[in-house]
Amino acid sequence: MSSGGDVKDQETKTPLLETRGLTKIFGSLRACDGIDLAIAPGEVHALLGENGAGKSTLVKMLFGVLDPSGGQILWKGKPVSIGSPGQARATGIGMVFQHFSLFEALTVAENIALALDGNVPIDRISEEARRLSLEYGLPLDPSAHVADLSVGERQRIEIVRALLQNPELIILDEPTSVLTPQEADKLFETLAKLKAEGRSVLYISHRLEEVQRICDRATVLRHGKVTGACDPRQETPSSLARMMVGGEVAQISGAGLGKPGKLLIEVKDLSAPARSPFAVTLSGINLSVQAGEVVAIAGVAGNGQSELFDVLSGEDLVSDAEAIRISGQAVGRKGITERRLMGCGFVPEERHGHAAVTEMPLTANLVLSRHTSDRSAFLSGGPMGLINTEAVAMAAKRICGVMDVRKSGDDPAAGSLSGGNLQKFIVGRELDRQPIVLVVNQPTWGVDAGAASRIRQALIDLAKSGSAVVVISQDLDEVFEIASRIAVINEGRLSAPQPAASMTRERIGLLMGGFHDGTGEADAEALHAH
Amino acid sequence: MDMTQAIILTIMTAATPLLLAAIGELVVERSGVLNLGVEGMMVMGAVTAFAVAQLTGSAGLGAIAGLLAGMVFSVLFGFLTLTLVANQVATGLALTILGLGLSGMIGESFIGLPGLKLATIEIPLLSDIPFFGRLLFDQDPIFYTSIVAVVGVNWFLFKSRAGLRLRAIGDSHSSAHALGVKVVRARYLAVMFGGACAGLAGAHLSIVYTPQWVENMTAGRGWIALALVVFASWRPSRALAGAYLFGAVSIGQLHAQALGLGISSQFLSALPYLATIAVLVIISLNRRMTLINTPASLGKSFVPER
Repeated sequence: MSSGGDVKDQETKTPLLETRGLTKIFGSLRACDGIDLAIAPGEVHALLGENGAGKSTLVKMLFGVLDPSGGQILWKGKPVSIGSPGQARATGIGMVFQHFSLFEALTVAENIALALDGNVPIDRISEEARRLSLEYGLPLDPSAHVADLSVGERQRIEIVRALLQNPELIILDEPTSVLTPQEADKLFETLAKLKAEGRSVLYISHRLEEVQRICDRATVLRHGKVTGACDPRQETPSSLARMMVGGEVAQISGAGLGKPGKLLIEVKDLSAPARSPFAVTLSGINLSVQAGEVVAIAGVAGNGQSELFDVLSGEDLVSDAEAIRISGQAVGRKGITERRLMGCGFVPEERHGHAAVTEMPLTANLVLSRHTSDRSAFLSGGPMGLINTEAVAMAAKRICGVMDVRKSGDDPAAGSLSGGNLQKFIVGRELDRQPIVLVVNQPTWGVDAGAASRIRQALIDLAKSGSAVVVISQDLDEVFEIASRIAVINEGRLSAPQPAASMTRERIGLLMGGFHDGTGEADAEALHAH
Repeated sequence: MDMTQAIILTIMTAATPLLLAAIGELVVERSGVLNLGVEGMMVMGAVTAFAVAQLTGSAGLGAIAGLLAGMVFSVLFGFLTLTLVANQVATGLALTILGLGLSGMIGESFIGLPGLKLATIEIPLLSDIPFFGRLLFDQDPIFYTSIVAVVGVNWFLFKSRAGLRLRAIGDSHSSAHALGVKVVRARYLAVMFGGACAGLAGAHLSIVYTPQWVENMTAGRGWIALALVVFASWRPSRALAGAYLFGAVSIGQLHAQALGLGISSQFLSALPYLATIAVLVIISLNRRMTLINTPASLGKSFVPER
């Protein structure tokens, strides 16, 4: 896989792509501030940085989606202006987006055709896509509807779509964030093949281990500025992390998680039909969580995580009331408010529009979620239910203080906070109640390392204080960092939770892919043989 | 011409304006724009067509003027919702109210005047086919246009590259933008096509169906066209079937009333609408097909980041 060693060679050549002082300003925010970057022909170049460091803004400028506010882009030593994605493609730049730019209602071939200029008939594109996808080990059925495909398959479409234009530089934006470890391995093989063909790859990630494994050089961004350029193999993960975060990241401490106590959550043989054609059916789910433990549920996105969260929170009721018990009470037919009144807290995955109303200020969001459970604290006037603005503002201030929520102004709209800060507020809003049961879906999705470690520590502290915590997460690092026990969800089925100490990445990866212990060994080997 | 032929002919005449308006709106909605102003654009087309036919003495010019009037009205809608990013539902409703009021004012002096009727065009040889020849090949140009529009839009949406782009925009405008598709321009063109179709559909009412001007003469047909688009699950061939089914039910109820079946006339008049509701319910049972065909970004405003 690794075929570095020619780094010295590359430095003498003209870079394939170079930026000089590239800047992008949104209002008063300098999202990218004087970025210098050079990508040599045939190298895999990492762009490292936390969320909000300006990585996505930078590549959007390189791909012509955003106009730079200042600076220069040079292609093979000559200044170019890239005004549109079409121009970027014509120049020789291909892009695989982080949030896929795919059309669910269209077929694979139609999705690919959209990214190609000219008037190649759809049938020819199907053939070509099939051929290319096999050549790079990314099998695809051109006539399938995207809506019916898994996330890994969707990414293959993006990659094949980029490859069909025969680009010299391929930009991949956080490509492994949605893949199982095995799928990621296959992607790395594809990247090695591209590199062997002399193409350059700009690989955006915040996963250090991956970058060290596959990248020849790395450029590190923080707050829109380049903070380092290095050979990642010469660095240690902590030195790279320092460049990214600009200081030591607080270590999470699970010490003090005592013996599990009373059984607080008990799910028995829970099944729920899919609510829509694109949703997942939950079948035969068993889960028990005791006081004082954190149970993490790992799995690749779209395998029933949100469906499981919805039935645990009471957003969706299940037909069998006995299937879910909280503190011994059957709650399967009880709604979210009733469960909250029993002392439960819930944090859904989607911050914008689900966990928070983005247009409303933080205080209003606080009242919206806790007006019944904390009625006496937040509402006055008896049956009139007038909002006690002073108490609410105090509580919001307390939450922001405890969770270190950074915001502009006293009570800004939820949508004006960065993802990490809003997430800290939303988690803090539940923690503030000291819930006996907390269920969190993807607590640190798209959140920077500093905020993530704060949120994880808070979840562990809650368990220490005697609550039962369920964390649904795609992030394996997070799962290992905080869980006492780990279960894996795959196609709506949940594996039996195992003590974290007995789980390995390998084993979780296999469970994620649907290979179950004992029966999946042969399949697993077949997977590796590819 | 026998009785059966006459009945079929009236059904076709009743279905043509519905079909045209629905096909236009279908293209608009496939691009992700919800224009609830169909009724307004139709009635403007009707009054303009009638007025121009009166003033020039040419029903053909009237039809063209009706088409243009609908298009001008749709550009207004496009400017408000695509350029100024106003709410599509509110703007569409306002367009309908404006159209009904404005057409009443323009048409005041034309009330009661005998109108000009658009001449039929007989297609030689084909019109000699027994039974169907007279029905299908001795018709007014707007009827021919409506059929051509169904075939053309079907080809455009599912066979052409531009149609693929249009469907992509309707599915996810931000993804389409990221791929370099010109979202706003494509939506303008779609909205204008929808306006032209609605205008011509209105013209059909005032210079073919009943050659005269009556205030509010569209009588809710724009709304039925909107329902037909959902009914057709955004597929042109199903819009054709829907429009003719609706035409048949509405003509059928007239005949049923004439026969004196002892069913209250109010119930019979309500029949076409009940049929629409029933079919909509049946169609929505197959949710996967509905989701695949429904433009996912329908009614959502698009502001490109630059």
